Amino acid sequence: MQPGDPFSDPFTGEESGRSIIELRGISRSFGSQEVLRNVSLDIRAGETVCLIGESGCGKSVTMKIMASLMQPTAGNVLWNDVPIKDRTDEELVRDRLRFGYLFQGAALFDSLSVFENIAFGLRQNTTMSDKFLAELVTERLKDVGMSPASAHKMPSELSGGMRKRVGLARTLALMPDIILYDEPTTGLDPIMIDVINTLILKTRKRRPVTSVIVTHEMSTVRKVADRVIMFYPLSRLEPGQPQIVFEGTPEEAFASEDPQVSQFVYGEAGERMQELSLL
Amino acid sequence: MSSVPTPRKQSVVNAFGQLVIEFVQATGDLALFATSILRWLCRGLPRRSVVVECMYEVGVRSIPVVLITGMFIGMVLAVQGYQQFHLMRMETRMGAVINMALVAELGPVLAATMLAGRVGSAMAAQLGTMRVTEQIDALRALGANPIQYLVVPRFLSCFLLIPLLTVMADAIGVAGGWVFSTQVLGVDATYYWHYSTEYVAAWDVGAGILKSMFFGAAIALIACHRGFKCGAGAEGVGQAATSSFVLSFVVILVLDFFLGMFLNDIYWTLWPGPSSFV
Repeated sequence: MQPGDPFSDPFTGEESGRSIIELRGISRSFGSQEVLRNVSLDIRAGETVCLIGESGCGKSVTMKIMASLMQPTAGNVLWNDVPIKDRTDEELVRDRLRFGYLFQGAALFDSLSVFENIAFGLRQNTTMSDKFLAELVTERLKDVGMSPASAHKMPSELSGGMRKRVGLARTLALMPDIILYDEPTTGLDPIMIDVINTLILKTRKRRPVTSVIVTHEMSTVRKVADRVIMFYPLSRLEPGQPQIVFEGTPEEAFASEDPQVSQFVYGEAGERMQELSLL
Repeated sequence: MSSVPTPRKQSVVNAFGQLVIEFVQATGDLALFATSILRWLCRGLPRRSVVVECMYEVGVRSIPVVLITGMFIGMVLAVQGYQQFHLMRMETRMGAVINMALVAELGPVLAATMLAGRVGSAMAAQLGTMRVTEQIDALRALGANPIQYLVVPRFLSCFLLIPLLTVMADAIGVAGGWVFSTQVLGVDATYYWHYSTEYVAAWDVGAGILKSMFFGAAIALIACHRGFKCGAGAEGVGQAATSSFVLSFVVILVLDFFLGMFLNDIYWTLWPGPSSFV
């Protein structure tokens, strides 16, 4: 461990359970539209947290703020107890590499092949030889169940599930300590959803990582989550009600009697149908 | 059932104030964007392969369109000018007018317009698509700075290659004007070149090339900025591409005017004295 390096702690052993990402009173607006209001939460080392909630309630925004890919309008983000605003640009770039981010649409670079996409972060941040790079890319492709022959394909030649898996391979290439998955199973068929869920579990088994997953898929929550955090849209909150309406284990979420939670978890529209004048 | 609320009417003063605020915000944002490009330029160049690829797209692939427009504008000048000069029995002086117009104004402006249309719009659309599909966020997540990786190579390509494209547009325009004037309109080639060399100085060629560098920088800056600030969806990307071209074209003409005045002032300061065409 290097003294003064806020990310030098391994997220295993006795350190497990310590808060490594803290959001303190985060708010975020886009123009006049407020998406997050005074949100506070902790992500602890080694755990897998699922962020759930209706579309547009600010889950993805929260995750981007966690990774410092977006700045909050108000509030503080702390990585290992150190506010990110206290870091220099260089420190921020260096520490951000501890995060792996799987984007919703995989966000593969269109002009680069699968190989170049996976190798991108390594080329950018290391001086690895081409031979070693090729070995590593092949290994990462195998990790996500893809053949090395697909390395020369372009992203446009891949199916949705393959794109997600290449995105995951690219995310894993830099051996991140924290992996943020933004709707990793959206738009996939049930088999592919299970493939992605299994890959998330395999990734965690292979090496100790902290995972945060934004999802609408309850099968993902059941299968991979240690903890569930549920957001609620600001427009539907009661006055004074916090935006995070539930925090607990998946079992607690499924057993919850709070209609705000149970309706979402079991996919029941309830009074929404009347509100939307559909009945 | 609730009715759709009607939008509140804005007073003229409010609307004007809003417009001013938006203009100031946009200008400030563009200035900050330009500053960050300069900062990353000073920190070092991006990978060679990235720059070369960008230069190929901006430079090599723009050559055909620049050559075609350059040649035709030279010939058009000959066609349009001939009747007027012929009436005054001064057609031998056409070379001076055509070549001066080409090297000082039309060559640089046309090359820049072609670049803004062919390359600038494509840049804005490409970067806009990258923004919409979160590829720019992905770059940052993978430890690359989007300005250094995406903008600096494009800026360098436009800034460094537009002078070469301008020289090509100048040369082919001069050749087109000369061929049409002497071979089709029957102007004497000796006098055509005599008056051309008498009135078109190296300064004029140099001033045109210098102006083109400002145009290239403006095109890259505007196109990349539009792309980075692209709105959501296909509509946002389309708007980014269109506004990039429109704004670049306006800025090219405004810059051309002010740079033209400035360079003329410098010329007359360095070489004061009367100059007559006739």
